[in-house]
Amino acid sequence: MKFVDEFRDPQMARRVLERIHAVVEEIPTTAQRPLQIMEVCGGHTHSIFRYGLEELLPDKIEMVHGPGCPVCVLPMGRVDDCVAIAEQPDVIFTTFGDAMRVPGSKKSLQQANSDGCDVRMVYSPMDALDIARRNPHKNVVFFGLGFETTMPSTALTLLQADREGITNFSLFCNHITIIPTIKAILDSPDMVIDGFLGPGHVSMVIGKAPYDFIASHYKRPLVIAGFEPLDILQSMLMVVEQIRDGKALVENQYKRIVPEQGNNNALKAVGEVFELREFFEWRGLGSIDHSGVRIREKYARFDAERLFAVEPAHVADPKACQCGEVLKGVLKPWECKLFGEQCNPETPIGALMVSTEGACSAYYSYGKIDVKQAV
Amino acid sequence: MCLGIPGQIVAISDEAMQTGIVQVSGVKREANLSCVVPTDGNLQSLVGSWALVHVGFAMSIIDEEEARRTLEILAEIGELQEELDAMQQGAQG
Ligand code: SF4
Repeated sequence: MKFVDEFRDPQMARRVLERIHAVVEEIPTTAQRPLQIMEVCGGHTHSIFRYGLEELLPDKIEMVHGPGCPVCVLPMGRVDDCVAIAEQPDVIFTTFGDAMRVPGSKKSLQQANSDGCDVRMVYSPMDALDIARRNPHKNVVFFGLGFETTMPSTALTLLQADREGITNFSLFCNHITIIPTIKAILDSPDMVIDGFLGPGHVSMVIGKAPYDFIASHYKRPLVIAGFEPLDILQSMLMVVEQIRDGKALVENQYKRIVPEQGNNNALKAVGEVFELREFFEWRGLGSIDHSGVRIREKYARFDAERLFAVEPAHVADPKACQCGEVLKGVLKPWECKLFGEQCNPETPIGALMVSTEGACSAYYSYGKIDVKQAV
Repeated sequence: MCLGIPGQIVAISDEAMQTGIVQVSGVKREANLSCVVPTDGNLQSLVGSWALVHVGFAMSIIDEEEARRTLEILAEIGELQEELDAMQQGAQG
């Protein structure tokens, strides 16, 4: 347990790990196949690699890194749509930094910027609105992406623009929603997930109840988890204890941040501005029913998709790239043929290598040495 | 992107817009407080509290100890500087 000493409370971490090892031994099915536990959230993926948690867990637990990195699941065609909007005259295209370097089929937003488009990185959608206030003769478009954690921020920004009567601000809405995504994973025949570490900050917005069907209908445990290594280990223990006891419950390990009922103000704003799409296209996972949201008719004047008549482009990922398999947990990052050599954080080929929440990037930064030792 | 950062609410800047100033490791910027407005609507009572700030929006009130630990962990996993840089850039841009 070479990394445990780094943890804030190494003794506690050791105790929790010992209990995880003991509980897993009491689960008879693990003799035939390892338990597959998915962490849904990219923030967890990052912590798991950063602290080498997989190595500390029993071999009978296999972590499946879920689709919870919003940049990673953007299909390539969506980046092309962004570039196409950015190339329109008098447009200032604004985006979170994470999305700047994601490759499109021709170029990334960063390359579009070098080619003369006005693409600006912002920290907050409010900053994008501010740019719109200060540039009344330009059309300022904000690239809205992310799960329920970021949805309230774009919804509230749009409502603010509406209150102020700002007419040169719009949102290219690519928000995705977590529940249909987890449902699609549970329905997918090539994935057998025994339990979930639930996303912390998405849950802070939506609360605990939306996950109930996972327990009641699919009979799988889900534990909403914090981001510290100890949070993740404790949550893992809660998951395996449930499996051992034949239970399937939704539990909340991250009570200090996640209120059971979620954030009402945030949910109200989201419901006011957004409605579910019939389906939404994901990188690697294909089209998932009701997994994305769009702007309601009522706020159509802020909808970049309508204003710029974006016809979603379908572009296949490069052949050699195996992001889809990695996203589904069928392949480990280092098993992708491009990992490390052609695809690395400097010259990313897939989005999983761009975002710090992407499994490939996290593995490249923190896990590489151990893989070399292991082979 | 989804982790957010703990900041202390040090002032209310616009009651009507529900915005305030948050401070993180010495960096100040405007944040939207709509999601943490107390049930009595009194924004001033938030001054001094810590909140988890996510892309410029305070999303959850947290205690100081939690804030400190979260900042440490963000520094450890290498996300703190990135967030601070982005925040600062936004504040100036
Ligand atoms: S190494 Fe690159 S191409 Fe391969 S799965 Fe990871 S991000 Fe995709």
